[in-house]
Amino acid sequence: MPTNLSEHIVSSYEDELTALQSAISEMGGMVEQAITDSVMVLLRLDHAQAAEVRQADKRIDEMQQQINDMAVSIIARRQPMAADLRMVVTSIQVANDLERTGDMAKQLAKRALQIESLGLAPKFYNGVKHMADLVARQLKAALDAYAARNAQAAVEVCNHDDEVDAMHTSLFRELLTYMMEDPRNITQCTHLLFCTKSLERVGDHATNIAEAAYYLETGRHLAAEDQQRKNN
Amino acid sequence: MNNMSPTHEMTKQEMTNAADSLPAMRGEKVNVFYGAKQALFGVDLDIGRHQVTSLIGPSGCGKSTFLRSLNRMNDTIDGCRVEGKIWLGAQDVYDRSIDVVELRARVGMVFQKPNPFPKSIYENVAYGPRIHGLARNKADLDELVVSSIRRAGLWNEVKDRLTEPGTGLSGGQQQRLCIARAIATQPDVLLMDEPCSALDPIATAVIEELIDELREKFTIVIVTHSMQQAARVSQKTAFFHLGKLIEEGRTEDIFTNPKHQQTQDYITGRIG
Repeated sequence: MPTNLSEHIVSSYEDELTALQSAISEMGGMVEQAITDSVMVLLRLDHAQAAEVRQADKRIDEMQQQINDMAVSIIARRQPMAADLRMVVTSIQVANDLERTGDMAKQLAKRALQIESLGLAPKFYNGVKHMADLVARQLKAALDAYAARNAQAAVEVCNHDDEVDAMHTSLFRELLTYMMEDPRNITQCTHLLFCTKSLERVGDHATNIAEAAYYLETGRHLAAEDQQRKNN
Repeated sequence: MNNMSPTHEMTKQEMTNAADSLPAMRGEKVNVFYGAKQALFGVDLDIGRHQVTSLIGPSGCGKSTFLRSLNRMNDTIDGCRVEGKIWLGAQDVYDRSIDVVELRARVGMVFQKPNPFPKSIYENVAYGPRIHGLARNKADLDELVVSSIRRAGLWNEVKDRLTEPGTGLSGGQQQRLCIARAIATQPDVLLMDEPCSALDPIATAVIEELIDELREKFTIVIVTHSMQQAARVSQKTAFFHLGKLIEEGRTEDIFTNPKHQQTQDYITGRIG
């Protein structure tokens, strides 16, 4: 599968593909920031920042619309082929996953405001913070793999998704223990359980983006290949 | 699978089956020279039965040369020499015993510019079957002409004017008349050299629809400069560059995930 792409003969076509790629990078940056911010909101219960996260989500939604429009326009006017076609199609997928990730950030921020009055002890947060860090790393690695068209890096992101799931399970147990220790923790811990669920979903979106990166580079589907390996 | 003992004699049915399992045509290590200049280098390519195979590549890449060597159209060019083997089923196309006129009835051709004879629509289509003795009488011939015109999707437009000159039709109709003429000799293979390059998009769409229908009965090889057309009409695509076959495969794979850098550069419109 050819990887080194020289320039198009039609330079305006080249410019459009470059613009699409940049838009994905920009949107990726916005979403990474939104996740980081929303976790900060959760840890610090910062109202002003919560409002910012909600504002940012609107911009993320607009960005997705913009990327879809760009992609549709390129398909209609340029009839992209091969690696270009995969780039355009995956840009729609990745923008969709990023938009959903942005929604998760918004939900985290909203929930943080509900938790505020409860005055949680820091020990409850430590696990959530760890999980948030791991998920943010996964998202960044997936976006880097997509931007660099690095299939190997994409595979690594997918392999690390098990860690996110394992952490989710262990946090579930931990929070359950707190609830059993003292029923007054139940409300707070339930809120946090929803937060961990959101973070776990972000991890899934990161995996989707990594799979798109793999397809972009190789033209093959990672999930299907994994299945085949398991069958053999 | 192979359960035939050496002494087993093939029945006629088995021979037919064996011939059916061969590709419709096959090029083996085909070299073509125009004088001292070599235009094709060791091309190996199978043309699958009842498939549309498209040959793509930049100008001068050898795709038309390969197409023309399939029914020995190159014989008419002075100094043209073909090496290697080209098979039509189990027959060697370049064998001495081959009658070239009969070969071209079995491997028909449609050209870039519609070129009907300056005769009536009926005569254009009847010409081939007549010289090849495919019809025993007038009724047979009439039936063959009508079915060929029908199959070429032209019947409704010309049924009331079969005696009018073929040259009076529109470009797209003329091209379909040429297709009717080519299929009237009941060929195995139909070669098309840029059949739509002189047509507007609607006439092109009609021809493409026709190609898809004709595939049921014939094997089609098409040379086209439009990659979108190759992607639309063919099941198999072969990419030529500088006289070499660079890559061949399922059309879907070639246009979504080509294996070779040169194919990728060409179909995405990059400088190679």
